[in-house]
Amino acid sequence: MDVFLQIFFDGLVMGAFYSLIALGYTMVYGIIKLLNFAHGDFYMLGAFIGYALLSFITGDGGLNAGLLGIGAVFIITMIIVGLAGIGVERIAYRPLLTAPRLSILITAIGVSLSLEYASMIGWGASYKVYPIKLSKNGLEIIGAQISFAQIGLIVLSALLMLGLRLFIEKTIYGKAMRAIALDQSACSLMGINVYRIISLTFFIGAFLAAGAGIMSGVYYGTINFMMGFIIGLKAFTAAVLGGIGNITGAMIGGLVLGLVESYGTYYLGGSWKDVLAFGILILFLVFKPTGILGAKEMERM
Amino acid sequence: MKKYKKHSLLLLVIVMFILPLLLDIYWLDVLTLVLFYVVLTQGLNIVVGYTGLLDLGYAAFFAVGAYTTAILMTTFHWSFWLTLPVAALFAAVAGIIVGTPTLRLRSDYLAIVTLGFGEIVRILAINLDITGSSSGIYGIPRPTIGSYVLSSQQDFYYLILIVAIISVLVVYRLGHSRIGRAWVYIREDEDAAEAMGINRIRLKLLSYATGAVIGSLAGSIFAVKMSAIAPLSFSFLQSVMILLAVVLGGLGSIPGVVIGAALVIVLPEVLRGAEDWRYLIFGVALVIMMIFRPQGILPKKYETEDRSDLDEKEETNDKDHSMSV
Repeated sequence: MDVFLQIFFDGLVMGAFYSLIALGYTMVYGIIKLLNFAHGDFYMLGAFIGYALLSFITGDGGLNAGLLGIGAVFIITMIIVGLAGIGVERIAYRPLLTAPRLSILITAIGVSLSLEYASMIGWGASYKVYPIKLSKNGLEIIGAQISFAQIGLIVLSALLMLGLRLFIEKTIYGKAMRAIALDQSACSLMGINVYRIISLTFFIGAFLAAGAGIMSGVYYGTINFMMGFIIGLKAFTAAVLGGIGNITGAMIGGLVLGLVESYGTYYLGGSWKDVLAFGILILFLVFKPTGILGAKEMERM
Repeated sequence: MKKYKKHSLLLLVIVMFILPLLLDIYWLDVLTLVLFYVVLTQGLNIVVGYTGLLDLGYAAFFAVGAYTTAILMTTFHWSFWLTLPVAALFAAVAGIIVGTPTLRLRSDYLAIVTLGFGEIVRILAINLDITGSSSGIYGIPRPTIGSYVLSSQQDFYYLILIVAIISVLVVYRLGHSRIGRAWVYIREDEDAAEAMGINRIRLKLLSYATGAVIGSLAGSIFAVKMSAIAPLSFSFLQSVMILLAVVLGGLGSIPGVVIGAALVIVLPEVLRGAEDWRYLIFGVALVIMMIFRPQGILPKKYETEDRSDLDEKEETNDKDHSMSV
C-alpha cells in the first residue's frame, strides 16, 4: 500500500507537468487547428531562462534567494517565455495560417529545431544542474514519503490550471477564444481582433509550459536542451487522451498519463516508459480519437 | 528538348561512375552518404511527396532494414544478398502496421503517430537483446560477389550508386503509372479520388509499404557498409533530416529531391566550422522555406493537372447554369 501511494504521488507530479504543457497544445489546437510541435520547447525554454535568472540572483552577491526572489523569477520567466510564444506565432505561423496543413506542420518542426539548437548554442549541450534544490522534508502518509515540495508543485499546478479555467470562462478574452474556436470568420465579422486572440492563446500556452519547465528544473535538478522534445510528445498524448481542444480534458489526460507512466515504470521497468505512452497514444488515436472528454461530433479524420 | 535532357542525365550518370577515381577518400565518403540519402528521400518522396502523408518516423524503416540484415548476417550467418528480400518484407509489413491505424487520421495526427512509431522502434532497438541494446550490432561481415569481397570505399560507393539509380528509376516510373496518379489524386482530394473508384485504403498502404521497402534497402546496405550499427543512427533527427531533404528539394519532384539530399549532406560538410549551428540553420531554413517557397527548390510541374483544374471549373459552372435554369 505504501509503495502504491508513493507511486501515486510521483505520478501526480509528473502528470501535473504533462497537464500544464498539454493545455497549451490543446488551446492552440482548439483555436487554429495547429499542432504546435514546438510547444514542448517552451517548457525547455522556461527551464533554461529560469536557470539563468536563478543562477543570477543566487550567484551574484551571494544572496540566498528567498521565497520572494524565487517567486519573482518564476513569474518573470513565464512572462518572457510567453512573449517568445507570441514571437514564434507572429514570425513563423501567422504567414501560414491559410497555407496547406503540411506546410505549417513542417514549419513547426523547423521552429522546434531552431529553439532547441539556439538553446544548445546559448547554454551548451551538457546537462545543467539547477542552482536551487528542494528540501526532501515532508510528510509520511501511510508509509509513503511525500515531500512538501511535491505538495507545493501539485498545488501550484492546480492553481495555474484553476486560474486558466476562470480566465477562459469568466473573462471577455476567454469568451473570444471560445468563440474563435467555433467560427473564426464569424468572429472577425463581429469585430473580434482574431489575430490578437491567437497571440494571446500562444502567450498563455507558452506561459504555462514555462511554468512547468521551471518547476521540473527545481524538482528534478537537471535540465538539457532536448528535454522539451519527449515531454512535448507526451503532453500531446495527454491532450489526445483527454480529447484535443478540450481544456478540462487536457488536465485529466495529463494526470492520467502521469499516473499510468508512473505505475508502468514501477511494474514494467523504466526503459519501457516511453513505449507505454506512445502505445496509449496510438491506441487512442485509432479507437477513440476524440479522447475521454472529446466532443461527440467528429469531422472526417 | 527531351533528347537534350536525356543526354545530360546520361552524362551525369557517367560522371557519377568516374568520380571515385578523382575524389579523395573523404569526399568519396560524403558522396556515398549523399547517395544513401538519395535512396532514402526517394522512398519518403512516395509517401510524403506523391501521397501527401506526412511521415515523421521514416528512419524506422531504415532501421528495420539495417537491423534485419545485421542480425541475419551475424547471428544466422546468411549471405548479404539473401537478407535483402527478408529485410524488404519486414519493412513492408512494418509499413502496413504503421499505415493501418493512420488511415483514418488527418495529417497532423498522422505526423504524431508516425513519430511515435519511429520512437517505439528506436526504443525497442535499445531495449531488446537481439538488437544488441544501446551499443548496437558490430562485426557485420562484408558482402561477397562470387569470391570477390566488397570491402573498399569504392565498392560500397558503386553498390549504393546502382541502388540509387534503380530507386530513382522505380520511383519515377511509379509516379507516371496508374498507381502514381492515384497517389497524387489521393493527396489532392481524398474524397474525390474515392468517388472515382480509387481504393483509398489499398493505395495508401501500398504507398507506405513501397516507401518502407526502399528505406529498408538503404538500411541493409548501410549495415554492411558501416559494419556496425547503433540505435543512434535511427533517431528522430535522422527522420527529420530525410524529410528536410524532400521538402527543401520539392515535394514529389525527383530531381528536386536529389538536390535536396545533396544539400542536406554536403552543406554541413562545407560548414564544418559551424558544427553547432547547422541544426539551427536547418530549422530556420525550414521556416523560411515554408513561408517564402513552400514548393521547394525545384518543384514538380503539374502541367496536365492545371488543365484538368480548368475543366473542372467549367463543369461546375455548367452545373450552376443548369441549376439556375
